[in-house]
Amino acid sequence: MSENSIISLQNVNKWFGDFQVLKDVNLEVKKKERIVVCGPSGSGKSTMIRCINRLEEHQEGKIVVDGIELTGNLKNIDSVRKEVGMVFQQFNLFPHLSVKENITLAPIWVKKMPKAEAEELAMKQLEIVKIPEQANKYPGQLSGGQQQRVAIARSLAMNPNIMLFDEPTSALDPEMIKEVLDVMVDLAEGGMTMIVVTHEMGFAKTVADRMVFMDEGKIVEEASPDKFFNNPESDRTKLFLSQILHQ
Amino acid sequence: MENNSNFETRKPPVATTGILGWCRLHLFSNWVNSLITLLVIYFLYQLIPWFLDWSVFSADFWTNYKGELIVDRTFCSRVADPKGDHGACWAIIIVRFYQFMYGFYPSEQVWRVNLTYFLLVVALLPLLIEKIPGRKHLIKFTIAFPIVAFILLYGGFGFQVIPTNKWGGLLVTLVLGVFGIAIAFPLGILLALGRRSQLPVISMFCTLFIEFIRGVPLITLLFFGMVMLPLFLPEGLNLDGLVRVLVAVTLFQAAYMAEVIRGGLQAIPRGQYEAAQSVGLSYWQMNRKIILPQAIRISIPSIVNTSIGLFKDTTLVIIIGLLDLLGIGRGALADATWMGLSNEVYVFVALVFFIFTFSMSRYSLYLEKKLKTGINMGAD
Repeated sequence: MSENSIISLQNVNKWFGDFQVLKDVNLEVKKKERIVVCGPSGSGKSTMIRCINRLEEHQEGKIVVDGIELTGNLKNIDSVRKEVGMVFQQFNLFPHLSVKENITLAPIWVKKMPKAEAEELAMKQLEIVKIPEQANKYPGQLSGGQQQRVAIARSLAMNPNIMLFDEPTSALDPEMIKEVLDVMVDLAEGGMTMIVVTHEMGFAKTVADRMVFMDEGKIVEEASPDKFFNNPESDRTKLFLSQILHQ
Repeated sequence: MENNSNFETRKPPVATTGILGWCRLHLFSNWVNSLITLLVIYFLYQLIPWFLDWSVFSADFWTNYKGELIVDRTFCSRVADPKGDHGACWAIIIVRFYQFMYGFYPSEQVWRVNLTYFLLVVALLPLLIEKIPGRKHLIKFTIAFPIVAFILLYGGFGFQVIPTNKWGGLLVTLVLGVFGIAIAFPLGILLALGRRSQLPVISMFCTLFIEFIRGVPLITLLFFGMVMLPLFLPEGLNLDGLVRVLVAVTLFQAAYMAEVIRGGLQAIPRGQYEAAQSVGLSYWQMNRKIILPQAIRISIPSIVNTSIGLFKDTTLVIIIGLLDLLGIGRGALADATWMGLSNEVYVFVALVFFIFTFSMSRYSLYLEKKLKTGINMGAD
């Protein structure tokens, strides 16, 4: 593990039953680095980032996040989850709570923040994602793009050092993708460490420091966006890019 | 949407609105439907006037058709004048009303029962009215209510002790129903969570408990509580009869409640757990703030359904000698001075049960309606 890595995956292996989803995955992420992970479906990209905050358990290898190794130790898992925010494909907002309550819940219960302070924080986060006027609505009353932005605000309210995005725009109508990507670009420019699983190649080109291409549970290629898009090494990457860029 | 004004909005077609439109649509849409409607109207026409006449207009209350005060069955109009056209004789209920309500609770202490009933209403208020002032404090009282009620009803702390074998009638029915449901609910939640636990010991224990209790008839459990429970308790610790029955009833209800809530838990998408975990909530925080509120919301109809079932099943305690509302009624019928008035007694008991169960069912509808408005609003 190199000195300034904030996330380090070393020879990580994982199986679902007999099926191996991750095969000897190695990845080092530096502080403030923006990584975009792409690859065909079933290639293990979601599983890999879900291992980073222990929504999935890896069976072999070592995962270290901000100096804390992820093991069965519940205390370690809790501390890592406080460091790492996550945004899901399906938003996963809490439908029985208002937008504001969705955001204040974790600060109040996990960080024991006073309610008034948490609400102030929530409004600040909602302004960052540009929907402060929706604070008192329920998730079901918002559009997909608005819901995803609330989900981002909910994660940011815990003040994480690292943000994981698991296909954040895949469930959105085309006209709403941009509003979510804009928020993510702002976040990247603010210096957040990000790992983003996405097929939005435009976003990848403008934001990514490094591209990671996965196939069949392995990291096939790691390169700068420039090299990745213009001069990829492996044939598998070339095939993938030709398919998603010329559809 | 803002640019709606370009399109004129129209009212729905006339024929489907109003009473006439509704009747045509729902009652007379085709000839089979019309025939059934007419038949039902005919039966109601036969039944309702007859029942009203029997139960109210031709019925005796305090006095019979000659104006005499009714003191036993021979004074009832329909017994004294069998050829006349007389209805029910409610005097049996009126004369024994105290027993129906309180059993054999000493009359100089009965204010304690009435106070408990009153406090029960107070305890229910924050659950019934969401916007009541001081709801947070009232909820605290609601949680403390079982203890307050126990002290008031049973005694201790300066109150004269009234042994439970003096309790009866509606009092016993309500104690079993309210305590059974109130204690079984949190117990059921724990059992449901336990059954889904990843720790094999807890999950196996909860599964075994639920399956055992559900696999046994309530009567068996009542006998078990009555006869066998004392054998398991340490020497000298003699649990009160009503408490033993209450334990059986509560465990029975908890097992059913657990399965109902487990059904609700299974409907919660995995993403909700993951989102809760990813923001750092602990297991209990996640369940308390995210999972259970949604799971219970889904299960409300079934929760109320099993609760109504239990409330009615409390009448089974008659078999082990407790006199609940129905038990007092049967006692009244066994009394030679009131023999033969079973119609009145059973109609009265049924009516009282109906009032309670129907209120519960209305409450569940109200809850469903109230909670739905929060979640299922369209994305407009």
